[in-house]
Amino acid sequence: MAAATEAARARVSAPPPTPPPPTRRSWERVRRIGLPYLLLLPAVLFELLVHVVPMLVGIFMSFKQLTEFFIRNCSAAPSAGLGNYRFALDVNSAVGRNLLHSFWITCGFTVLTVGLSWLIGTGAALLMQDPFRGRRLLRTYFLIPYALPAYTAAITWEFMFQRDTGLVNTLLVHDLHLFKQPPFWLLGGNSFWALVITAVWRTWPFAFLVVTAGLQNIPGDLYEAAAIDGAGVWLRIRSITLPQLRPVNQVLVLVLFLWTFNDFNTPYVLFGNVPPPQANLLSLQIYDTSFQSWNFGSGSAMSVLLLVFLLLVTAAYLLVTNRRGNADA
Amino acid sequence: MRRPLHRRPVVLALAAATALLTGACGSGSGSSSASGGHPTITYWASDQGSSISDDVRVLTPELTRFTKQTGINVKLEVICWNDLLNRILAAASSGQGPDVVNIGNTWSASLQATGAFQPMSSDVMKQIGDSGRFLPGALAATGAPGKEPVGVPLYSMAYALYYNKAMFQAAGIANPPTTWDEFVTDGKKLTHGNQWGVSVEGASTSENAHHAFTFSQQHGGSFFDASGKPTFDTPQNVAAIKQYVDFMAADKIANPSDAEYSNGTEAVQDFATGKAAMLLWQTADASLANYGMKPSQYGVVPVPFPASLPPGGKRADSIVAGINLSVFADTKNKDAALKFVKYMTSRQTQIELNKAYGSLPSVTDAYSDPAFQTPTAQVFQKVLDNSAAPMPAVPQESQFETAIGGVLKNLFADAASGKAVTDQTVAAQLNQAQQQLQAGG
Amino acid sequence: MPDRSPSRSRHRPPMAPPPSFVWTRRIGLTLVGLLTFLPLYVMLSSSIKPLQDVQAGFEWIPAHLTLRPYADIWSTVPLGHYFLNSLIISSCSTVVSVVIAILAAYAVSRYRFPGRRLFSVTVLSTQMFPGILFLLPLFLIYVNIGAGTGVQLSGSRLGLVITYLTFTLPFSIWMLAGYFDSIPRELDEAARVDGNGPIGSLFRIILPAAVPGVVTVAVYSFMTAWGEVLFASVMTDDSTRTLAVGLRNYASQNDVYWNQIMAASLVVSVPVVAAFLLLQRYLVAGLTAGSVK
Repeated sequence: MAAATEAARARVSAPPPTPPPPTRRSWERVRRIGLPYLLLLPAVLFELLVHVVPMLVGIFMSFKQLTEFFIRNCSAAPSAGLGNYRFALDVNSAVGRNLLHSFWITCGFTVLTVGLSWLIGTGAALLMQDPFRGRRLLRTYFLIPYALPAYTAAITWEFMFQRDTGLVNTLLVHDLHLFKQPPFWLLGGNSFWALVITAVWRTWPFAFLVVTAGLQNIPGDLYEAAAIDGAGVWLRIRSITLPQLRPVNQVLVLVLFLWTFNDFNTPYVLFGNVPPPQANLLSLQIYDTSFQSWNFGSGSAMSVLLLVFLLLVTAAYLLVTNRRGNADA
Repeated sequence: MRRPLHRRPVVLALAAATALLTGACGSGSGSSSASGGHPTITYWASDQGSSISDDVRVLTPELTRFTKQTGINVKLEVICWNDLLNRILAAASSGQGPDVVNIGNTWSASLQATGAFQPMSSDVMKQIGDSGRFLPGALAATGAPGKEPVGVPLYSMAYALYYNKAMFQAAGIANPPTTWDEFVTDGKKLTHGNQWGVSVEGASTSENAHHAFTFSQQHGGSFFDASGKPTFDTPQNVAAIKQYVDFMAADKIANPSDAEYSNGTEAVQDFATGKAAMLLWQTADASLANYGMKPSQYGVVPVPFPASLPPGGKRADSIVAGINLSVFADTKNKDAALKFVKYMTSRQTQIELNKAYGSLPSVTDAYSDPAFQTPTAQVFQKVLDNSAAPMPAVPQESQFETAIGGVLKNLFADAASGKAVTDQTVAAQLNQAQQQLQAGG
Repeated sequence: MPDRSPSRSRHRPPMAPPPSFVWTRRIGLTLVGLLTFLPLYVMLSSSIKPLQDVQAGFEWIPAHLTLRPYADIWSTVPLGHYFLNSLIISSCSTVVSVVIAILAAYAVSRYRFPGRRLFSVTVLSTQMFPGILFLLPLFLIYVNIGAGTGVQLSGSRLGLVITYLTFTLPFSIWMLAGYFDSIPRELDEAARVDGNGPIGSLFRIILPAAVPGVVTVAVYSFMTAWGEVLFASVMTDDSTRTLAVGLRNYASQNDVYWNQIMAASLVVSVPVVAAFLLLQRYLVAGLTAGSVK
């Protein structure tokens, strides 16, 4: 231990025993100011390479008529001006109407999926906060859906939702006799619920994981104080646990929201490239425009619009949650 | 001593990671150029067999033989159908890709428009061999008319009517239907209990689009006019699509559950397992055998026609289905790639590969092989020779398939849930799909 | 299990829960357990049935049992190879991502410097980028880097590692920064007095206290890389293909090997589940490091 401390002192920045010469001091200052930037540098570099620059290229593409004729030579694609945006936003056209429809479907899907995932995840984490027999195994068991590749989870649910051969109808029609005629789950209005169920099944363990970790950082003395005050377990959850979880929840809900809104795998595996109109998410529309129709200009414009929307929602969300957090503090 | 201990695993892991990764990079990808006079070409094959490993097993001996003959090495990658178009797209946009690639022949015009493929000019065709060797119908599906084709046909397929002999006998039907009226009448006789007259892959966009196209041809319809503008909602197309969807909606000879079949295997499986008596499908013999149906149990005849063709109607009963072989324009080994194309379309290779895959040769001289003298093969050959029509050769073909296939999927879904499918609903759906395609173009 | 020992009671309420809570717990967890169970049961039972039985429809008790699918999965698709690829790619991207995220989160949590807010907001906003938007640009950039420098990023494992580690950075940085924030600054000061520099206190004081957060972030990074399909389907070739993409190859144009899909899925999730089991200890370890007190 002592050796390590010694090494650390030598290597990093401990105050030297004698007043240092001025040059040394200014070097120290540079180091102190520069350190946070140095710490951020790797993250910034990777973000630039993988996210920011491609993103800028994507935004650039959204102003181009980038169709199959110009895929080989993107720079030769003629400018589309705002044409791609007008095309996507014209709610009087078939495309615009469809996009708007998809937008509402996506909003509904996101609210339900995030809400349910958070609720189940947090509920299970709270219920499992106190030790009981088998807790450790149960925790691992709950994380299995998250450990399965996304493709597997979705295709298993697709398999289960099949009308004639799936588990869902076997259970509901044959075993429980809830329906006379087996309902369709992958077509029509039910397809929306099939999508939500599949997404929730895959997503809630993540909420569970994050909240479980979050619970670890709540200082025990808070509980002790509450116990001395005679607060019951329910009151403690309401008055201590949930408020203490707020910073974790703030990030968790936001991330769940962004994932779900952009989720492409689940609907794609569940429904293929043409989903039922009732479960037609924006991400599928954009994929279709870009990769089926090879109209990367329009697809990019739609993505940029989606991005702008998400930015606005996120900004509003952070403002509101931060204000509430500050008001409480 | 906490700190050094904390750090060392990280450093070690990083070092190990770097080693692994740089090792992986060394293996490299893409087309490497000539090394000592023996070039290596990269070949992307589509999955034609029952699994990727099955494809590798079928193709490897052929490729070995090619290497022995020419000294050219072939790096094979079998790519599953779902990924193939995106991989080609990425290769086309980046210029980094294989030398030779399989494409679905219906993509020809779209991919032609990208300019990513080597045009098969008459000079090039001479290098490959005489263009007269190929089936004319299959050759028609290698690009837009009047432009230099961007590939040669490799495997050919066509639609036919598969019927279950025992079920026909049980229903007292002597001969398989040759007109649609007979088809529906027979279908009704064959529908009882858990058995249905016909099985359709109602949620598969490509299957739907193929049928929509053939039915439309028979009705004298067309999905694009001469200038390439979409004409989806013409009365002929409405009638054609309604006729197909009516198998489920009005005639009730198709199981409503078929409306959710999407992965391109379920209708075949229903036919093979005795849940349906008829199936309109591309050369399905290999799949049927896989599901345990013996060739003696089913018959294969051409797809029915209307009793009398409506005005303008064409005698088309199938699309020209199949896989083409194309050469990437960015290849650094053009000569070797063309040699490979020539080899793959040579009589011997064509016989071996099409026999293994249950598809049909694209060159006429291969048909003399006994494997293609069976009654089934002859039905397909006749269809390909006489009555198969190529899908619209427009750059928007893939959009067209998705759009029309999607329309039929929605209509089947309506039919399955008991909603009425009328001329109006069909026309409205087609109109919307057309608007989307127009705007997208 | 440190959380069992009474001396570490600071992480949990000290009282025994009332019956209402116990019953809620029993019922709630049973329901959630059932929801989790049904698809898993379908997977398990389908994976030990012959293909024809699987296709014929679901039955609660399989009529014929076979272990063939577990043998066949390795030959239908080069699963072992994909497995190795996924393991290498996911582990590398996790390790690098977590290290980078720790450094960045420390800077964000413990320093006030010009550009801090800009960095946080930019990083978070990258989480909103729809993958579809930058798939093609990123691919083109990788290809150009390859052409310019000879470092093959497209089609190589390195390219995917870089992609995935960046995918997970935003959430990881935010999550960890939140964790670090909740660790009292007095601990830092105590470390300073002990003679530690900023890096020293990060590794000696902060990290041990943030173990659950780090584990969560690592699990998240690993799982993201483990399951990603869209980018892997375009950016890998035969030799670098990952599991998530490879699993789809059990469904070919002509056949869907349901039983093998399920068997393979279960097999590939075993190591991950085992890792979860092992990591649990750290996930719930909390502020157990001796250095805290």
